Amino acid sequence: MAIDIRQFHQTFFDESHEGLVSMESALLQIEQGLSTALPNQATTSDPEVLNTIFRVVHSIKGGAGTFGFGWVTDFSHLLETLLDDVRAGHRQVDRPIAGLLLRAVDCLQILLASARSGSSVDPAVIEEVTAELEALHLTPVPAMGIDLAATGAVAGKAGTWRIRFIPKANLFFSGNDPLRVLRELSTLGKLHVETDMGRLPPWAELDPEICYLGWTLELSGNVTRDAITEVFSWIADDCELEIQSIQDQSVAPKAASATAGDSDADQAKARGTSIRVSTHKMDTLVDIVGELVITQTILNQTVAQFGPDSGQRLNAGLAQLERNLRQLQENVMRIRMLPIGFVFNRLPRLVRDISQQLGKQVELKISGEGTELDKTVIERISDPLLHMVRNSLDHGIETPQERRAAGKPEIACIRIDASQRGGHVIVEIEDDGRGLDQDKILKRAVERGLVAANTKLSAEQIAELVFLPGFTTADSVSDLSGRGVGLDVVRNNIYSLGGNIDVRTQAGHGTHFTIRLPLTLAILDGLGVQVGSQTYILPLTSITESMALAPEQIRRLPGGEEIFQFRQEYAPLIRLRRVFGGTPGADDINTGIVVVVEANGRRAGLLVDDLLGQQQIVIKSLESHYRRVDGISAATILGDGTVALILDVGGLVGAVSAPLLNLNSTQSAAVNRPASQSSSPVRALH
Amino acid sequence: MQTASAVDSYLAQTNTDTLCLTFRLSDQDYGIAISKVQEIREWTKVTPLPSSPSYIRGMLNLRGAIVPVIDLRLRFGLDALEHDSSTVIIVVNVGSRLAGILVDTVSDVINVDYDQRRALPEFEGHANRRFIDGLAQIDDRLMVLLNVEKLVTPEDLAPVPQTAGETEQRGAV
Amino acid sequence: MATIMTVDDTATMRQMVSFTLHSVGHEVLQASDGKEGLALAKSKKFDLVIADVNMPNMDGITLVRSLRALPEYKFIPILLLTTESQDSKRQEGKDAGATGWIVKPFNPEQLINVVRKVLG
Repeated sequence: MAIDIRQFHQTFFDESHEGLVSMESALLQIEQGLSTALPNQATTSDPEVLNTIFRVVHSIKGGAGTFGFGWVTDFSHLLETLLDDVRAGHRQVDRPIAGLLLRAVDCLQILLASARSGSSVDPAVIEEVTAELEALHLTPVPAMGIDLAATGAVAGKAGTWRIRFIPKANLFFSGNDPLRVLRELSTLGKLHVETDMGRLPPWAELDPEICYLGWTLELSGNVTRDAITEVFSWIADDCELEIQSIQDQSVAPKAASATAGDSDADQAKARGTSIRVSTHKMDTLVDIVGELVITQTILNQTVAQFGPDSGQRLNAGLAQLERNLRQLQENVMRIRMLPIGFVFNRLPRLVRDISQQLGKQVELKISGEGTELDKTVIERISDPLLHMVRNSLDHGIETPQERRAAGKPEIACIRIDASQRGGHVIVEIEDDGRGLDQDKILKRAVERGLVAANTKLSAEQIAELVFLPGFTTADSVSDLSGRGVGLDVVRNNIYSLGGNIDVRTQAGHGTHFTIRLPLTLAILDGLGVQVGSQTYILPLTSITESMALAPEQIRRLPGGEEIFQFRQEYAPLIRLRRVFGGTPGADDINTGIVVVVEANGRRAGLLVDDLLGQQQIVIKSLESHYRRVDGISAATILGDGTVALILDVGGLVGAVSAPLLNLNSTQSAAVNRPASQSSSPVRALH
Repeated sequence: MQTASAVDSYLAQTNTDTLCLTFRLSDQDYGIAISKVQEIREWTKVTPLPSSPSYIRGMLNLRGAIVPVIDLRLRFGLDALEHDSSTVIIVVNVGSRLAGILVDTVSDVINVDYDQRRALPEFEGHANRRFIDGLAQIDDRLMVLLNVEKLVTPEDLAPVPQTAGETEQRGAV
Repeated sequence: MATIMTVDDTATMRQMVSFTLHSVGHEVLQASDGKEGLALAKSKKFDLVIADVNMPNMDGITLVRSLRALPEYKFIPILLLTTESQDSKRQEGKDAGATGWIVKPFNPEQLINVVRKVLG
């Protein structure tokens, strides 16, 4: 029976990652405790916190050993030895050690990532930390090499053996059984058994829980002494044991059976990504499926006994079916949902490292970490979020001296919050730093040719400029934020998820970013619109309003572009029939409806023939069997089974509108499409 | 002999599978390897795609998968035909991709033997040459053996160059 | 076939033990620490308990001691999962009443063999 232990790799990696996250936060907690104590004074850490850390490392070591991830085993062993010392009270966790342990967490993450991908490890990445860990060990490190093959092979001379085995009276109390020992010996060779009943008391005094018997055994065959000792290993202290060789036979040394096999082969075998689902979520699904079965039974019965009053019952049954299916859909979607804490967990460490590096003092306040989001959204929001916090630390937060001079508390505050509002999750990142410098931003934007020199912009419009590509106000390219990754990339990432981002700032008081994200990428609230004979879907989040326009409200620019006044500004008009090459005719502003949409901070009016109503649709990619199509983000299947296309509002609007026309937008959104394809303002400008 | 070797390579690829689904397009017989055919469907209305070549008739809902339908007449530069009851969509499966091929009518499934194969003569600048794997002489009919992969791979589904105005970037105001 | 409880705070180990023993026909229930294991043991009679040593809330050695105090578990085999370097833990486990130990890391075949030996 061969069991492929690779099937447990995924669990091991997931669990190790979670463990390291909690180890990191435990270490940060210890460090926090140290900072309240006097400098260079170690405090006695909470033993439970230490135990948590120890268990994480211990579990990783155990798993890595089982799966043969040698690098991970060796490194975690080194770490475990240090932690053992700490737990035993031989060593205190002071600042240097806490810092070292945090770096060791990073090393383990790297080693585990290599093990996961099957790529080779660059020893350099752990060299430094390894050396520091080794330098700390005053007590010698026991050698770790455990050879799985060797534990099975037994050394020594083979022969025939006489064994005297007299268990202690209390043998049964450890759950051991002399018969098990005899049985096991009999599998090694030919066993002759003589039972010694000399200790057996009179029947009346016999206590069945006491072991009275002893045995004299003769074992022949290719058996080594070690193999016999091994059988008695668990009860070595619970019995009298004599093992004597009766006659020596020289036996050819048994070849150590190498069963290492293909364990190291194709570890990099392609694996699907997995998700851990709480049993609660699974139970809910099972319940709903149960209800569906009941509903089906009701419907079947109604049909089987169809009579005059069946219509009503049929309707009731169908209504129930609809309800069940909706619940099922919602709950299946929920399986993909993960708490945003998965991302937030990475922030304390980031803030610690960077604030130390920059000599700033920052308190990080995190709330709403239990808010759930689609796994894909979580994965894709992670880097932008980290980037924004990094940005805030680098540019927003002042040094303690600057803060003192400004009459602010020396310790700055960064607040991160997540909450669900309707079909969206709102993530807020707020700092009490210096705020965005409006003059500097405007000056930089003019320098870069992003706005004309004499443009009058509101404070909000100026703040929005930071999202333009290539924009950075940093005076020098710093190690942290000036890596060519700007807020434009952050915004594109968020747009590509169908979300949007806003900024509010007050000079001297701080900056407040608000990110709006869809709960899930698989389902979208859409508005059906009629264009010619086709139905298209507009994502509801991109729609500002719909209106009828009279022909005289439309102005023509010299290039032929049509614009119309919307609120205090002019927006371009896009006649969808023309864009999509539909039949002309009803392409009339008198009978059509203009849907005002916004995306990427730009606004436009889409002229459609009719509005068909709002519905929830399941997003299907066009790229699975075809390719990306300009102006279309994806497709869906309507109730009648036909395919309807979902409009790429960002692409449509980007193609006709300049970004600064509607800069003070606060409700922008884009449909789901690859960030690389987004119509960046730069393209429109140059 | 370049063409002969092309036939040979086709035969080498398909020497264990010479069963072909045959269909007609404007009086010419064509064949595609049956192993690539997933199903045959009646013509149903598809949803046209903007910014796509004309031979992409649109997208079809194939049990939840959104699949492009290629009009083979338009692909080969023939005149379009009114769809009638004999017009069918051959759904082919290439790799993990599905595509529908719209043809006038399907005829038969036949076995193409090696000695029925004929080399394709060389033509200069024959645009559709790459879709053809070879010819087969079946009784008195000449059948064109098509390469399904080439017909439906995404590179060959590239859009025609866009007309100005549709995607033109307008300058800043 | 036997009913076995695996007590371990790491899901990887629980899954591996559980899957392995299940594959040879045993019924395997899981508990994630000693406390859970003890509660589970009281609700159901197991033929064999396999427990890790290092666990939060209640460690493996305390679990062994607590189980041996229950009349139903006086003679039931209890195996501890230990590492090579945990000699002292092994002795502690024996003193608490453990039947034996399985040295980590182990592979599924080794686990099946040990369980076969213990259960007969």
